[in-house]
Amino acid sequence: MSKSVIIQNLSKIYPGVKALDGISCTVNKGEIFGFIGPDGAGKTTLFRILTSLLIPDEGTATVDGDDVVKDYKSIRAKVGYMPGKFSLYQDLSVEENLKFFAGVFKTTIAENYHLIEGIYKQIEPFKHRLAGNLSGGMKQKLALSCALIHKPTVLFLDEPTTGVDAVSRKEFWEMLHQLKSTGLTIIVSTPYMDEAALCDRVALLQNGKILSIASPEEIVAGFPHKLYGIKSEKLYPLNELLKLEKQVHSTYLFGDSIHLVLQQNASIDILMEKIKTKNFDDLEWEIISPDIEDCFMELMHKT
Amino acid sequence: MGNHFAGHRRLFYGTNAQDMKTVVTVKNLVKKFGNFVANDNLNFEVYGGEIFGFLGANGAGKTTTIKILCGLSVPTSGEITVAGFDVYKQREEIKKNIGYMSQKFSLYDDLTIQENIRFYGGIYGLSNEAIKAKTSQYMETLDLYDYAKSRVLDLPLGIKQKLAFSVAVMHEPQIVFLDEPTSGVDPITRRQFWDMINAEAEKGTTVFVTTHYMDEAEYCHRISIMVDGRIDALDSPDELKQQFEVDSIEEVFIQLARTATRA
Amino acid sequence: MKEFIIKEFKQIFRDYRTMTILFGIPIAQVLLFGFALTMDLKNVHFAVLDLAKDEHSRKIIDKMDASDYFIFDRYLSSFDEIETVFKEGIVKEVIVFEPNFSQILTKENSAQLQIIADASDPNVANILVNYTQAIITNYQQNLFADNPLGKMVRPEPMFKYNPALKSVYMFVPGIITVILLLVSAMMTSISIAREKELGTMEVLLVSPIKPIQIIVGKVIPYMVLSFLNFVIILLLSFLVFDMPSSGNMPLLLAETFLYIFMSLALGIFISTVSSSQQTAMMLSMFALLLPTILLSGFIFPIKNMPDILIWISHIMPSKWFIIIIKGIMLKGAGLMDVWFETLIILAQTIFFIILSIKKFKIRLT
Repeated sequence: MSKSVIIQNLSKIYPGVKALDGISCTVNKGEIFGFIGPDGAGKTTLFRILTSLLIPDEGTATVDGDDVVKDYKSIRAKVGYMPGKFSLYQDLSVEENLKFFAGVFKTTIAENYHLIEGIYKQIEPFKHRLAGNLSGGMKQKLALSCALIHKPTVLFLDEPTTGVDAVSRKEFWEMLHQLKSTGLTIIVSTPYMDEAALCDRVALLQNGKILSIASPEEIVAGFPHKLYGIKSEKLYPLNELLKLEKQVHSTYLFGDSIHLVLQQNASIDILMEKIKTKNFDDLEWEIISPDIEDCFMELMHKT
Repeated sequence: MGNHFAGHRRLFYGTNAQDMKTVVTVKNLVKKFGNFVANDNLNFEVYGGEIFGFLGANGAGKTTTIKILCGLSVPTSGEITVAGFDVYKQREEIKKNIGYMSQKFSLYDDLTIQENIRFYGGIYGLSNEAIKAKTSQYMETLDLYDYAKSRVLDLPLGIKQKLAFSVAVMHEPQIVFLDEPTSGVDPITRRQFWDMINAEAEKGTTVFVTTHYMDEAEYCHRISIMVDGRIDALDSPDELKQQFEVDSIEEVFIQLARTATRA
Repeated sequence: MKEFIIKEFKQIFRDYRTMTILFGIPIAQVLLFGFALTMDLKNVHFAVLDLAKDEHSRKIIDKMDASDYFIFDRYLSSFDEIETVFKEGIVKEVIVFEPNFSQILTKENSAQLQIIADASDPNVANILVNYTQAIITNYQQNLFADNPLGKMVRPEPMFKYNPALKSVYMFVPGIITVILLLVSAMMTSISIAREKELGTMEVLLVSPIKPIQIIVGKVIPYMVLSFLNFVIILLLSFLVFDMPSSGNMPLLLAETFLYIFMSLALGIFISTVSSSQQTAMMLSMFALLLPTILLSGFIFPIKNMPDILIWISHIMPSKWFIIIIKGIMLKGAGLMDVWFETLIILAQTIFFIILSIKKFKIRLT
């Protein structure tokens, strides 16, 4: 499989912080690759290096065969980039924004309309509205249209769904999957762990280091423990109680249940019987399969 | 994940709903900006010690409601009381009895941890002794000794958010409003943050919280979901899931938000 | 209250920019006004058209030259030379003695002497004429101490270029100079800083567009607007204030065009060193507005400032433009009279353009 992005031992140091600490990974052509991690993990720094906006302190990276430092000019001609805040001209209309960005890349809306049609159609009825007056979801669609208008070969989306509600996020990911079918390589970052499942492959990022790189299925399969889901009416006190038990490796609230991992050789039956006697007689438990968030927290534990 | 079990109803810890004191009462709240109806006849109550999740799509009108409840904005019409005070006439009283923390602003970046605590303590009229006690308490519970001399700017996001929450409840308000407090925070810190919220609620503080993380909606005692300026659903997470016959709050949310007609 | 005050102090002390403004600006202003910016004049060059060349004319010239206020520059040989010497800009006053000055004075007890001052700066001209009259009065008092009512020198002042000493003649060129610089530099620097703040600059950088294209794209609209601005001020001054419009119009427009271009280049340079609109605004206001008003010769004569300020004024483009614009508008100067000043502004323009392109960051930091 041909590679779209090759990152080798990349580091970026700011005074007092190692924003990126020796990162290596590759992205295949035509896949949706996700960098998943909380704020401060180094996602934005990495994206800025890959789009030639920053120079790394150590290591190298290539995008579509071009070095991010030496060949910045050719990189800038072929990547699409949507920075964290939707970078639109608030005082220009939807159409004027799109026209401007098309012009910057020496193309026209008409020439590449087919690329953005699916997305732009949804905001076209408002094309005379100022970008500043759009809702979050619509701004996101406009920013994406602007990033696509010059037919990039690689699309970088830095936290496109942060602060966006669940419905708009879902719609956004549906758009990305449509785009993927055109052969575009899409590299996306997000702090939402559940979005990892929507990527072909992901890198889990924490404190400038990669915790794991694999497909979401592989990451979940690599979870090294048996995971129990526990339910009770009183989840919070139950979780506090479980934290104190020596047999417990980790216990976390997960929505309407608790995800529990035991120490090796500990018995769930014995533990549950013991807890039940402490006024938790409605306890129920079963073995469940972990999700990316379980894996992420387990990996955080190790480091 | 799916729903492995059925039939659980999470209640308020220790008490039942009838005994609860009402901290927020909203009757027929309407807020208009010109022709635009941001809040369209809202009716709800929030009880003492409750964790109340306030959900809705971007632009559904949540921010407008929160501003009114915090005494920052006056409603067009409706009867609204917060902590027993009227939002039209007693806004200054309201401000003394609530706490507020938002994802965007809460602490001063160019002040140290202790200076921030001292400043907010001073604003809410805490005595010197009380401020000193709170400072050492937070240094201890949040394990801030490594950062004693650092400015807030240099703190990791997770610690900053936990400190901001502590500061928001330092004056022991009846209710604290949290606007997307965990946005962008790592999963472990996010849970530690919710542990703090739960502990605060157990002490009797009411927590009014907005979030885009649907699993966090499950930690609330009750949640409301706003669509186009209206509250279209209000109940405990389990009730809502049963009512909509789905396995998760995310699906409830998506079903409701898809009915929105506002652009 | 108390906590709020403490907090504010801490934040102010930690923000060195606020501190600079808080203390630096007043200190600088007091020093400037107190020491440097004085309306007193010293060592002003004057020329003489001496049609008499006799005892008293020479003595009066010597007496003026000996005073602190004046320096004798040269003799002129004809009335035509008065115009030329004023356009050169160094000589600010010309004294004309009538033929046979001494003879007439002794015989008729009354002789005529003309003081012609360059009133393109009306304040300066007025002061110079007063100084001269005082020196002459003093001269005749000494000369005829025993008979003070005897012989009379009758000085006749004449204010060239601005006979009525209208201050608008001074303010219009000054205001054009200040406004064009400030508006052009501030607007471009803020508009670039705004793109940095909003993040659109990030997207522009990750595009094949070149820095020079971004810069030119920023400069042209503001160039047009500033030029329009200039035309409006000019029309106002002609139509409402009856400024003389005899000057070389094409030259005036061309010089203004150059000056606007220089100001825009300066604005671009400011934007390359400021990351936010606020910084760009403060830099333009404090680094440009104050020095332009105080040190360009708009209000205070540069000649009498301490050397250090004179040197600073030399690098101020506004100083040179004021000379050019006053020369053209009031004295009817041509390119030959202002070529040196023009060359300086041209050099400054090129300097700022090169600096801006060099400084323009093609990456983030």
